[in-house]
Amino acid sequence: MKRDPGLYDYLPYLERPRIDWPNGARVAFWVAPNIEFYELEPPKNPARASWARPSPDVLNYSYRDYGNRAGFWRMAEAMDRCGMRGSVSLNVAVCDHHPEVIEACVKRGWELYSHGTYNTRYTFNMSEEQERALIQDSIDTIRRHSGQKLDGWLAPALTYTERTLELVAEMGLTYVCDLFHDDQPGPVKVRKGRLISLPYSLEMNDAISLSVNLVTPRRYGEIMKRQFDRLYAEGAESGTVMCIPLHPYLIGQPYRLKAFEDALAYITGHDQVWLATGREIAQHFADNYYDAFARASQPVRDL
Amino acid sequence: MDHERYDWSILPRRAPVKWPGGARLALWVSVSLQWFPLDMKGQPFKPLGALQTAYPDLRHYTLRDYGNRVGIFRVMKALARHGIRASVPTNAAVAVRYPSLLQKLASLDWEIVAHGLDMDHLHYEGMADERALIQKTLSHLPRVRGWLSPAKSESSQTLELLAEAGIEYVCDWVNDDMPYEMRAGGRTLWAMPHSGDIDDAQIMIGNRHDEDEWRDQMIDQFELLYDETATQGGRMMSLSLHPWVIGHPYRIGSLEEVLAHIMRHSGVWPATGAEILDAFKAQRTAQGASRA
Repeated sequence: MKRDPGLYDYLPYLERPRIDWPNGARVAFWVAPNIEFYELEPPKNPARASWARPSPDVLNYSYRDYGNRAGFWRMAEAMDRCGMRGSVSLNVAVCDHHPEVIEACVKRGWELYSHGTYNTRYTFNMSEEQERALIQDSIDTIRRHSGQKLDGWLAPALTYTERTLELVAEMGLTYVCDLFHDDQPGPVKVRKGRLISLPYSLEMNDAISLSVNLVTPRRYGEIMKRQFDRLYAEGAESGTVMCIPLHPYLIGQPYRLKAFEDALAYITGHDQVWLATGREIAQHFADNYYDAFARASQPVRDL
Repeated sequence: MDHERYDWSILPRRAPVKWPGGARLALWVSVSLQWFPLDMKGQPFKPLGALQTAYPDLRHYTLRDYGNRVGIFRVMKALARHGIRASVPTNAAVAVRYPSLLQKLASLDWEIVAHGLDMDHLHYEGMADERALIQKTLSHLPRVRGWLSPAKSESSQTLELLAEAGIEYVCDWVNDDMPYEMRAGGRTLWAMPHSGDIDDAQIMIGNRHDEDEWRDQMIDQFELLYDETATQGGRMMSLSLHPWVIGHPYRIGSLEEVLAHIMRHSGVWPATGAEILDAFKAQRTAQGASRA
């Protein structure tokens, strides 16, 4: 086991090359709906139980299934009203189970990136071969159902092996959402390829905010606005990234949607904000700042 | 007492303390720089903020490291606005990993306080070779006068070993609002009142109170201590922060509000732990001299 993942060098927030986003935007803003499929009776992983209650966990299973049946549709319409495209963190099995959901995303011009196959299949303890097959399945499935090249990765249920990001880069993906150490993109140290860490966010994630930290819906809306205000102010000096990761089963609940839409309207109503997708932000960073950030980074020595 | 570590003493019955310049309240801002290793074992327990999932928990590893990379600079900016210098309990691992951050702290004339090797090296009864761990920790830090044990956890020998290693004050014991003397194997160590109950991590992560609640609690803490100075002499207030908690964009405004509130009052003396301790000790010496 490693003490340090060794995935990035040290680059203090205040001493970096300046980032300029397209059209003078201060914040590159993206919304990442996690469109997921949780199996009622998943295969067991020794490192993590899938459900909190004994099988069949009817309550927790159906709570998540609500996202695809009901929550997604109203969440997508709220995003439409704000002119906001999604970058879908996709359990690719949804392509086969619920093609209507995928069609609705593709029709809107949303990006699809991978969140594994099922959210009940964890990467912990996978062999390299299994992990490669998992990534290849995502590449193929997303291509088949949308025509899109797979660029981004968010590990299913945030589960990893030591080699996850290496394999993702080697197989041609360009960005990962799994590192939470920064409010700007940065290079990930991998042997092959050019991989970018794109700020996703757990603090702004509805699952963490609503289900883990147990904040109220209106409070969640307030937190999003505050996060944006600060990143917008700091973005005058160097471009920042803000992501709102969503789960339709949570944010698509009738009692929660308004607070989200208010915050989204507030954010998208600013003039110096770039309403982007994950792929677009990663590409802009790769083309313009990757090398400068890599050069400015300070090697890290452990004890 | 049920031990000989320190003498029993009642807070409101002590001789009033006078701070430099006639200040009523010494404000001690403490900003802990911590590193949680990816292979955390959590012996003998997992501290607040520890990694949680099966290995490798990239999620919590990077969430904590955020403080050293991004959050600390927001805290610096908030303190700079009021000209406040902080004490910085620093894991030795942070000093080794991020030397440019230590240089930055030195350029600001902030005080470095030792904070153990890293957040997976707690001090506890029955641990192996505590003396060597303390030596190793101190060898990677600039010269320090203060020590904060990771998770405020000690063995029965920690204080003796720290005193032997030349440490002057410790921040682990939370039984007072003012400095007091401890016995450590024939030497004296000072206990400094470093808040645990209302630090940002305890309130916002441990208790899951939001950042407005934390702000209100800090302001209430300040108001009461400040009022007490009218009848009981100088007080001090410790404001204990973790950049991986307070340094997030949506939370940093609450720190700015707390500081703006406190610094609007007259008679607030922002100082480092060592400066506050020096002022406290000098006065005790003077009192002792005048009594004699």
